[in-house]
Amino acid sequence: METIKSPADLRKLREEILERANRKENGTKQKVRIRVHSGTSGLASGAKDIYEFLVHELGKRNIDAVVIKTGDMGYCFAEPTIEVTLPGQQPFVFGYVDRVKADEIIEKYIKNGELTEGILPVNYQTI
Amino acid sequence: MSKYRMQILVCTGTSCSAKENEDLYDNLCLETEAFALENEIKVVKTGCFGLCGSGPIVKIMPGEVIYTNVTPGDAAEIVTEHVLKGRPVERLLCREEHTGRILATEQEVARHRKQLRIVLRNCGIIDPENIEEAIAAGAYEALGKVLTEMTPEGAIKIIRDSGLRGRGGGGFPTGLKWEIASRNKSDEKYVVCNADEGDPGAFMDRSVLEGDPHAVLEAMAVCGYCIGAATGLIYIRAEYPLAVARLITAINQAREYGLLGKNIMGTGFSFDIEIRYGAGAFVCGEETALIHSMEGLRGEPTVKPPFPAESGFRGKPSNVNNVETFACISPIILKGAEWFSNIGTEKSKGTKVFALAGKINNVGLIEVPMGTTLREVIYEIGGGIRNGKKFKAAQTGGPSGGCLTEKHLDIPIDFDNLLAAGSMMGSGGLIVMDEDDCMVSVAKFFLEFTVEESCGKCAPCRIGNKRLHELLEHITNGKGTMADLERLKNMSLVIKDTSLCGLGQSSPNPVLSTLENFRDEYEAHVMAKKCPAGQCRSLMEYFIIEANCVGCTACARVCPVNAISGERKEPHVINQEICIKCGACKEKCKFDAIIIQ
Repeated sequence: METIKSPADLRKLREEILERANRKENGTKQKVRIRVHSGTSGLASGAKDIYEFLVHELGKRNIDAVVIKTGDMGYCFAEPTIEVTLPGQQPFVFGYVDRVKADEIIEKYIKNGELTEGILPVNYQTI
Repeated sequence: MSKYRMQILVCTGTSCSAKENEDLYDNLCLETEAFALENEIKVVKTGCFGLCGSGPIVKIMPGEVIYTNVTPGDAAEIVTEHVLKGRPVERLLCREEHTGRILATEQEVARHRKQLRIVLRNCGIIDPENIEEAIAAGAYEALGKVLTEMTPEGAIKIIRDSGLRGRGGGGFPTGLKWEIASRNKSDEKYVVCNADEGDPGAFMDRSVLEGDPHAVLEAMAVCGYCIGAATGLIYIRAEYPLAVARLITAINQAREYGLLGKNIMGTGFSFDIEIRYGAGAFVCGEETALIHSMEGLRGEPTVKPPFPAESGFRGKPSNVNNVETFACISPIILKGAEWFSNIGTEKSKGTKVFALAGKINNVGLIEVPMGTTLREVIYEIGGGIRNGKKFKAAQTGGPSGGCLTEKHLDIPIDFDNLLAAGSMMGSGGLIVMDEDDCMVSVAKFFLEFTVEESCGKCAPCRIGNKRLHELLEHITNGKGTMADLERLKNMSLVIKDTSLCGLGQSSPNPVLSTLENFRDEYEAHVMAKKCPAGQCRSLMEYFIIEANCVGCTACARVCPVNAISGERKEPHVINQEICIKCGACKEKCKFDAIIIQ
């Protein structure tokens, strides 16, 4: 990695990263993006198991997806929570996820776009 | 893509009227079935949309149409008009409060949400172990701007003008703190990040460090440029292993990308950050104690002045800020002082993260603009009290704060209003208590914590708090007198006045504030020897109501100390001398014959 030598470098890198992400989205192979909220409260309620389950099952079921670990969103009452973004759609956060629920999300939402119970709608504004 | 043509989302969160929402959901299902649409239209229950106060909410996808104040009776119209004919039901659309204008877009609706995320902007959004995600979200842009376009004085002025106040507890103006540190001349200076979050039930700093560590690193570098420091130190408790691991990863990645270290972004400014571990002592959240602990000394506070800005780490000028304060810096630099100072109340600007805990439905983190009321926080965002119980009090400021009661529900929360109400902002822990909580026990719990955490350096805190705790123990055991209540108050005031540091000066606050707001509960413990909430074991007595007891002997068999006696098919009695008040008999009784008095 070459170091960033000026604020202009930083902006360029930022644009490159964003472009790379977009290219992935607009390419022939569109990917499902999943964020598993893995802060302390997520992990304490089983986020690690959900992460492994998702990675394993999505591979097994031939679904092209990117699964990443992030921090928590603050929905401690509903942990583990995951956010699923289908190509070209707005993200949805699902709460109270266990293996059964995760399986349901893959089969219903990811495969068929059918929403399931346990959705935590965006309840905040951000900057 | 979806096999459903349309999906209808109904909020069945606990916040709004839960019963109506269930009926609404049922009606929508019935209506879609009536038109044989169940294979085309799906009705889904969701959590809260954050537009509480205008609930129940219904959202229709695709199209993202949001309906507010929907009643169960509106289900038919939504299905016949919107679902069948594709015509939105205008009278139910989300409207602006005063003008009645229809809010058509998602962004317009969003502005009516109670929560505003500035500090938590990236938490749960980016991968904290991948700096590129942070950069894509705009990290280090503010640092670049400060280094190339601003003088240290100019940047400090922006922070000053923004009105940002320290989020760790005291609420000291951050810009002023930086200015003082920048004015003190020295060959070496330090930027210290206080991540020693110790209040019971508070975890906002942990979440920020776990979810968005670069926000803190960047802000520390900005601070370093402003005050003229080349080294940053993060004092974090070793009980936060995940936060520590992510911080280390973030620091290493930032160095690799040239965003920390020598000659940052080619500007000639050098700044690096190290981590110092704390052993989880509450007193080390106090800045002088924190600095001593970092130096390898005992974590004990010293008298201020000198303030750390004059003589801090290794005797050099040091600027100590809390994690949440640092997390506010980059947005202020990028969006300007005016933007930030337009959020919040007159003297408290911006937002505050609260950790909701206790008897509340939606336990977790929230971020709201200063000036939001306790009622909005508890009943709307927090989803109300668990099991539909009655709200009794909310403790803010942890063991250093006080309790807010029903009469405080509608005051706008900010630094000054909380102080006026006999509590304090503290770091943002908010513990909610319901009718089943005994306030004398609550005061005792917090005091137990401070007694445990007192460093023992000064007598008022070391001995005074111990004596206070003994008095409370006395009262909850039914041995207190009215004179004890006076003694509690006097001793509390003396401890407040004479303790060396913030820990001792604030430790009697829970006692004083519960005495003030719940004197009747103290009096009940002392005079009637009763605990109104039924929490203090020594003051409880289990009784068998003769008329209800059928003499099944179930209670006598379950009693671990054989305190219950009686003939089969005859009413039983509990021997109060032997009873240990474990409650096993009450649980076992099928005839509601056992009561607590």
